[in-house]
Amino acid sequence: MNPKKIEYVFKQALKSMWRNRMMGLASVGSVTAVLIILGFVLIVVLNVNNVALVTKETFDEIAVYLDDDVSEDQIKEMGDSFKEIDGVLGVAFQTKDYALDKLKEDWGEDAFLLEGLRVNPLPNTYIVQLKDVGMSEQVISKLETFEGVEDVQYYKDAVNSLIKIAEFVKKLGAGLIIMLLLISIFIISNTIKITVLNRHKEIELMQYIGATNGYVRGPFMIEGILLGLIGSLVAILIISLGYNYIINYLAGRYVALLSGISGYMVGVEMILNDLIIIFLTIGIGIGILGSLVSLKKFLSV
Amino acid sequence: MIEFNNVSKTYKKEFTAVKNINLKIDKGEFIFIVGKSGAGKSTLIKLLLREISPSEGTINYNGLDINKIRKRNVAEYRRKIGFVFQDYRLLPKMTVYENVAFAMEMICCSAKSIRREVPLVLSMVGLSDKAKYYPDELSGGEQQRVAIARAVINKPETIIADEPTGNLDPETSKEIMKILTEINKRGTTVIMATHDREIVTRYHKRVIELKHGAVIRDIKAGGYSNEPKED
Repeated sequence: MNPKKIEYVFKQALKSMWRNRMMGLASVGSVTAVLIILGFVLIVVLNVNNVALVTKETFDEIAVYLDDDVSEDQIKEMGDSFKEIDGVLGVAFQTKDYALDKLKEDWGEDAFLLEGLRVNPLPNTYIVQLKDVGMSEQVISKLETFEGVEDVQYYKDAVNSLIKIAEFVKKLGAGLIIMLLLISIFIISNTIKITVLNRHKEIELMQYIGATNGYVRGPFMIEGILLGLIGSLVAILIISLGYNYIINYLAGRYVALLSGISGYMVGVEMILNDLIIIFLTIGIGIGILGSLVSLKKFLSV
Repeated sequence: MIEFNNVSKTYKKEFTAVKNINLKIDKGEFIFIVGKSGAGKSTLIKLLLREISPSEGTINYNGLDINKIRKRNVAEYRRKIGFVFQDYRLLPKMTVYENVAFAMEMICCSAKSIRREVPLVLSMVGLSDKAKYYPDELSGGEQQRVAIARAVINKPETIIADEPTGNLDPETSKEIMKILTEINKRGTTVIMATHDREIVTRYHKRVIELKHGAVIRDIKAGGYSNEPKED
């Protein structure tokens, strides 16, 4: 590759990108769309894995929600029986009023939303602490047999359903990504096709002259690569800024549930390197494939 | 040397463009290929440029079967052949100089050799003073001369010209013929397809006449006369 050739190849690529900018925009947009969805899926999966990892080790409490018609005596009795269960370290009782107050406190500024409630919808709750997380299953099954127990919530259930959601997102995402990949290869190949047709006379001439393959194909390959590259850069920017924004937004909320989530989220800086590598590879790959598809079809003198 | 051995080209199993062509063209020859449109002239040229492959037979160029050339080596083969089109095919956004230099750039020549060779070739075709003009500022004859300059700049062994005077008046055609004859004198094989009987009669060269895809006459240099045709 001599400098003159490189200059020619890049000049031609940039020229036709400019001349053909609307299609170029569509190509870049499609690459960006694929990668943003891919990024979204990656982030969801990564975070769920992270949450599962963190919570499994630290969580050892079970929430037992009681029916509203259970009397105070019964509540006390139940508490004593819970303590007897093998694997239980201790129990603590939370009245429904306390739960509501705590909720109001957690919601902070938004607490006025709760003022309108005529009845407290929250249940009386026993927090059962486990001696060992591994005993959760047997303790839960015993707790569930008590009369007056409305529901037993263990964090593991939440984790499991999170994992299920992640699986679903993964599958849906994979389908979407494959579809969008094909669409963006198609759009890029069409963009390149237009360039091939625009420069059809020049290319034909080059082929009669006996120009080297680099001269004939180079500009199209570069055009495809640049389109993919721009698409992936835009996607990297959007995903990293967007993700950062979401983390900060959640952390800044007073709502406990949400700010709690942000504490479990993987930081942008942790995933940025991988994101850049994955996005650039896929983006440029789409560009090259799009060019090749087009060249195979339209360059044949 | 170029050799056609029993070459036929059939399109879509029904239309035979050329059939059973046997030809030998020696290095340094000047040949007219004549015949009406549809006689097979273009097919013959396309076969020689390896734009298409024969359905039957072989074409040898200096002993090399050109249809055995791999696809990626076709470009290299084509550099041995300079091609002149009827419609010139200059690049409109480049000057005369750039159009000729383009052909050199495409096969990787140093900037220095480009600066040396292009003016030489332009002076050979008599266009030294128009180097900075754009194609649309030139007459048809001048444009064709630029195209010829572009075809010879890489010093091909063979020049193929497809109706190079087809769009030109008789006076201008003479200029073009003069240049092609000059190129031929320097040792380059010239193969020119034409249906201009005037030219064929005036320049006493070998004439190959095609009809319905077959060679019906192969007349040695000087043997052609413009006989009235019955059809």
